[in-house]
Amino acid sequence: MIALLLRDLRLAIRAGGGFGLGLAFFLIVVVLVPFGVGSDRALLAAIAPGILWVGALLACLLSLDRIFALDHEDGSLDLLATAPIPLEGVVAMKAAAHWVTTGLPLTLAAPGLGLLLNLPAAGYGWLAASLALGTPALSMIGSFGAALTVGLKRGGLLLSLLVLPLYVPTLIFGAEAVARGIDGRDTGTPLLMLTAITLAAMALLPFAAAAAIRINLR
Amino acid sequence: MELVVTDLACARGGVPVLEGVGFTLAAGQALMLRGPNGIGKTTLLRTLAGLQPPLAGTVSAPPESIAYAAHADGLKATLTVTENLTFWARIFGQTDIAPALEAFDLADLAGRPAQNLSAGQKRRLGLARLLVTGRPIWMLDEPTVSLDAASVAQFGHAVARHLAQGGAALIATHIDLGFEAGVLDVTAFRARPRRIDSFDEAFA
Repeated sequence: MIALLLRDLRLAIRAGGGFGLGLAFFLIVVVLVPFGVGSDRALLAAIAPGILWVGALLACLLSLDRIFALDHEDGSLDLLATAPIPLEGVVAMKAAAHWVTTGLPLTLAAPGLGLLLNLPAAGYGWLAASLALGTPALSMIGSFGAALTVGLKRGGLLLSLLVLPLYVPTLIFGAEAVARGIDGRDTGTPLLMLTAITLAAMALLPFAAAAAIRINLR
Repeated sequence: MELVVTDLACARGGVPVLEGVGFTLAAGQALMLRGPNGIGKTTLLRTLAGLQPPLAGTVSAPPESIAYAAHADGLKATLTVTENLTFWARIFGQTDIAPALEAFDLADLAGRPAQNLSAGQKRRLGLARLLVTGRPIWMLDEPTVSLDAASVAQFGHAVARHLAQGGAALIATHIDLGFEAGVLDVTAFRARPRRIDSFDEAFA
């Protein structure tokens, strides 16, 4: 299974692999927002947690349809389904590879980009912490959506519609944790909820996604 | 090591295509699936490989004994020949890819990205994957597509060697591969058209 993770990471950094796509999108959103809303520093500071989380979430969404569609097109998914490793493990590894190429860079870049939105100093740590806890859930939920739409041509639209509602709790608790951190209030509850979503997604969704793939391969 | 298929029925897109398929494939044997386009050879192979459930009947084979190769070779364009093959070897718990490169004359291409290979070379790489699976029963769907005469002979040798080592092969093909093999014409098992009773559960 480690071989699969390494292959996906290697594919991501080769030409056309899509590594950096999410990061570039995130950068564009964060750079454009101050131009759009104006240079009111207080306003920017107020919306920064929300914008950063929405930007990260959309950046994550952008690369979801690649998770299984490429393997389905070139026949790898058929071969993986007949391989000795369980399909649940394949899903988990694919989600992990997606997180390492999307969620992790976003988490690392977000504090730097927070500067552009005048994020208050108290928020940087909470932003990084909430993204680190929340983005694995985004990758895992996204893999489930990608598994549901794997056989469809141009399934990207359906995928977005399926996945976005499932992303909402993560977004709410993630942005809430940063906003509370900035105000100096207790961040325990939103961070715990965020962790709970991530753990539940990692525990349950590989099985659901593997079942969806088995049906779509028929 | 024996593949026993009894009274198997399989469907494509919800429509039954084959029924009553039965045969036995023992170690060292090869069986050629014949039949016109669309008769259900691919569907039968996918069912036997476990990619879709049969409508009826049983497939009995030792666990994890089947290596399946379809029209798509499962190659990544930006990975080299060695990287592609090493990946599949590791997935199947093997380490040595040199014999597979050797058998399909790929050693000279080892460092080349798969996107720069010709169609025939890609096919040879896809078939070399069978050798690194280490599995005894090969199920091949039109394995000789885009291969030249020399490569077809090479492939024939590889299958013959696999059979001599106690393997078995089930091959859907229209050409003669130059080794001893039984022939199964699946036309005889074409599913009879019949009334579909439960056409729509909501209105049944």
